[in-house]
Order: sequence, then structure tokens, then C-alpha cells
Amino acid sequence: MVYITRIEHFNAAHKLFNPAWTKEKNEDVFGKCANENWHGHNFDLYVTVKGIPDTETGFVFDAKKLSVIIKEHVTDVLDHKNLNVDVQFMQGKICSIENLVIGIWEQLKNNLPETTQLHALKLYETPRIFVEYFGE
Amino acid sequence: MQAVSNKVAVYRKEHFNAAHRLNNATWDDATNKAIFGKCNNPNYHGHNYDLIVRVTGVPENETGYVMDTKKLSALIKEKVLDKFDHKNLNEDCSEFKNLNPTAENIVIVIYNLLRPEIKSELDIQLRLYETERNFVEYPV
Repeated sequence: MVYITRIEHFNAAHKLFNPAWTKEKNEDVFGKCANENWHGHNFDLYVTVKGIPDTETGFVFDAKKLSVIIKEHVTDVLDHKNLNVDVQFMQGKICSIENLVIGIWEQLKNNLPETTQLHALKLYETPRIFVEYFGE
Repeated sequence: MQAVSNKVAVYRKEHFNAAHRLNNATWDDATNKAIFGKCNNPNYHGHNYDLIVRVTGVPENETGYVMDTKKLSALIKEKVLDKFDHKNLNEDCSEFKNLNPTAENIVIVIYNLLRPEIKSELDIQLRLYETERNFVEYPV
């Protein structure tokens, strides 16, 4: 079993905000991340697929094809966007990186070949804050 | 203490996260879109900005410091980070009311905020990263 990882990146605006709460409670819980005029980040996304290398190609999964799938279904949808406003799969959700990584997983799971084993996503919001998700 | 007369550059690296968009209000939407592309998104996008401040001068006899980096850090925090971190540069920051918040213009604004606060005999130069691969320097 070999794990292959493709790294992509996107830049986006967001805010952390629970519409069921008052402005004061949002600021209390989310601090400066609740700024109603948004703020933003450079996000780095690590996508790891696992499998046994194909006997004919030597590939677990063609890394170039993986890049194209990530670009079409994730980075084109998120790059230079406002995650709260512009991204359909984040509608009705709080735009934390936790929820974002789950949303990205669904995007990829639905668009990778059925036989491909998506193993893990790692999503960096800053060089010091990141989440991992294994589809569990 | 033994005096030295050699110039040394000290650097402090700080960072802030902000939203912005590039837009020229005197142009129509189509022109803005053509020139600024996806950076023109009316709903904004954002970056993790890294700011490197270089201070050059001769170390003081008594401390051995060109400038106390802790004081430099506190100064950058007070004058720059508290103003820009987790903000929308277009909406929240008066400096960009009539100035497009490109990395070029942001670095000039930051220089003008810091320059009066640092001793005139010390030179300062800034490097501002908008992404790992896009950065600007000022003054040059």
C-alpha cells in the first residue's frame, strides 16, 4: 500500500459567524474572526490517496489527473472567493476549516473514480493552524 | 563597552490575515474584471500576509542593539497588525478608501506608518508577502 499526496492552494475570504446568535455572542465566541466585513487566508490543501501501484503504470493514482480533479472541483470553486457567500457547498454551514475540510472531502469523494481510496485531507489555514480529515 | 562602527541589519517577521479586492472605482465592471481578474471578486478574497521589517544601523554602544527586536515587534503590532489583522482592507482601513490595496500600495502604507516611529538614523526596508510566491519590497 502506497500513499500519494498532491498539494494545492487557494486564497479566500471568510468569517466565522453563527446566524442564530447575536452579534455580541458571535464576537465573544469567534473574536476577530467574526469581523462582519470578512478577513482572509492563503489555504494549503494536501490530498492523500492510497492504493497498490498499478502493474502497468506503476501509479497508485496519476498525480496529474488528481491535480486536475482537485482544480475542477475544489480550487476553481474556492480560489479568490468568499467562502460564506460564493461557495455553494458551504451554504448554511459555519465556515470553519473543520467544516471546510469535510465539504472538500465530499467534493472529491463524489468526483474521484469509485475504486480510488481517498485516505486523508490536510487543510492549512495559516502555517500554524491546520486540520486533518479521514472521512470518519 | 567597546564601540563598533559597523552597520548591521536586523529583521523582524510578523504576519496578518486580511480580506481585500482589487477594484478601480473609475472603471466599469467589465474593465475591472479584465484587468484584475479573479482579484476583482466583489465578495472579496483574502491572504495570509507576511511582513518582514529590516532595520539597518550601527549597534548602540551601551546595548549592542541596532534596535531592540522586542520593541520593534511591539511597534509593528501597534501600528500595523492591530490595524490590518482580520480586517477587510477595502472596508475597514481608512488608508485604502481611495487606494487600491495591492501588495505594492500596502507596503508603502505600512512604511509610512512605521517610518516616523523609528529613529531617523536607522534605515528601514520592508518586504511584504501576499502569498509564498508573490512579494514586494519597499523602499528600493
